[in-house]
Order: sequence, then C-alpha cells, then structure tokens
Amino acid sequence: MRFGVIRFPGSCDDVDALLACRRVGEAELLWHADRDLRGVDAVVVPGGFSYGDYLRAGAIARFAPVMAQVAEFARAGGIVLGICNGFQVLCEAGLLPGALLPNTSLRFVFRQVALEVASTDSPFTCGCEIGRRLSIPVKHTTGRFYAPADQLRALHAEDRILLRYAPGHNPNGSLDDIAGVCNEGRNVFGLMPHPEHAVDPLTGSVDGLAIFESIRAHVAGRALV
Amino acid sequence: MRARVLVKPKAGILDPQGQAVERALPALGFTGVANVHVGRLIELDVEDPDQLPEMCRRLLTNPLIEDFEIVDAGSS
Repeated sequence: MRFGVIRFPGSCDDVDALLACRRVGEAELLWHADRDLRGVDAVVVPGGFSYGDYLRAGAIARFAPVMAQVAEFARAGGIVLGICNGFQVLCEAGLLPGALLPNTSLRFVFRQVALEVASTDSPFTCGCEIGRRLSIPVKHTTGRFYAPADQLRALHAEDRILLRYAPGHNPNGSLDDIAGVCNEGRNVFGLMPHPEHAVDPLTGSVDGLAIFESIRAHVAGRALV
Repeated sequence: MRARVLVKPKAGILDPQGQAVERALPALGFTGVANVHVGRLIELDVEDPDQLPEMCRRLLTNPLIEDFEIVDAGSS
C-alpha cells in the first residue's frame, strides 16, 4: 500500500511520519499546494505548526489547496490519519468532531504516556485488542480535547473514541481522557499522541507501529474484497 | 468600516488562562476580582460589515469553543 504524508509550511513531523509509514508500506510526501493526492491509499496529516498556527492551531491549514482533496478523499471513504497538529487541522476542517484547547496546565507537555485502546472497530486500531496499552509520546501545548455535550454523547454512543489516556496519564485535561477519535464513517482518525515517534526501539517504544500496521492490514483486507 | 471583533472562550468551557490571571491579581493586592476570561481582539477594515458574522463563524472564531462580539470602531 502507499501512504501520502502532507507537508505544510511549518510541518515538522512529516519526515518521521514518512519513515513510520515506510515500516509497513510505501510512502511519499504530498505538498500543501498540490491539488492531487496521487492515488495514495491513505493520507497522513502530520504534526507541527502548519502556517505558524496563526489565529488557532490548524485554522489556516484547513484552507490549503490539498485539504479540499483530503476532504473529498475522506467523503469517499479514504483513510485519513491526523496526528497532533494534523488532528487540530482535521477538527478545524470539520472532518472530525470537537476542538483542541490549550492544555489545562498552560504548559508544553513532552513525555511518554500510556494509552488504552478503547475501540478496535476502525482501520486504525483493528490490529489491536480492547484495553491494550500503548506507550507513545505526546508533545503539545494545545491538546485538550473538547466537544460540546451533543457531540460527546455521539462519540460515546457510536464507539468513536478509539484511544484514551490510561488512568493518571491524561497530560492535557482532555474530556473523558480522550486521546483520539474517529468520524462517523470511521475512516478519519485524529489523535494527539505521536505514533510515528514510537516505531523504533532506539526511541524507547515500538507501540506506535500498531496504528500503521492496522492501516496496512485494513487496506490489504479491503483489496481482497 | 473599522471593526473590532472580540473573541472569548465560550461560557462553561474551562479557561485556564483566565483562572491564572484571576489568581495572579490578588498577589498584587487587587481584590474582589472574579470571572476573568482571556480572549482575543481582531481589528479589521471591511467594506461590507454585513459579512462580518459569517467571517467570524467561518474563520475568525471556532464557534464550538468561542463566542464573538462585533464592535463598530468608526470609519478609518
């Protein structure tokens, strides 16, 4: 399978995302000004500070030419993974519910956190078991997930919270310890932790591979249908 | 028209910036301060002020988390 990783001005985790994708398949960079996703099977919106995060994190990036293609790809059921700033961009673009607010501590947090897989019913977690613990780093200042009551109820009722911070590991004050959520169609997923930084024993954990391997398995399974 | 858009966190959403300021003021001897919220001010010249609410909803604010108020700051 082939991943496309978007590079915005100000992206900084695009190369790590590319390397992580290459552990499980092929991957190439997509440029923010492009109007073509080049036929990739999955799109990664990486972390960083797209367009300087001016106004609000992700607020300007959602207007990048490539994002119109991502929205169309998502509507057609394409797999879209947003990591950290990518999650913020997808929320601002309305492809995911909720918003990311400044951490309760008002501080930049940068540490390894324990996550728990809360749902395996998605292309991003299908290779995991419910309750599996993943050790993956976070590094953000604006990562407090918030959704109004109606959206939050739908997320719970429809089993769309895919990852939670393990008890005691919520680094930012996110509602209900939510670390990552998917859209109604379950093909768009955003999370604040960085699975692409946890794919090599050198950096302390390879648990992030579970996300990329799940995507590969899902796409491979789809090809057989 | 010269417009000012005042943006503030929606009521009921935890505003740690406001809380931090509220806690800091008594340290300087200012008492009797409550309900502090920290927002943002956007100033702009617009030819058609009728477009302002839509600008606010679609870009200047995130309606899920922020409220806005449009103030006429006179002609520029």
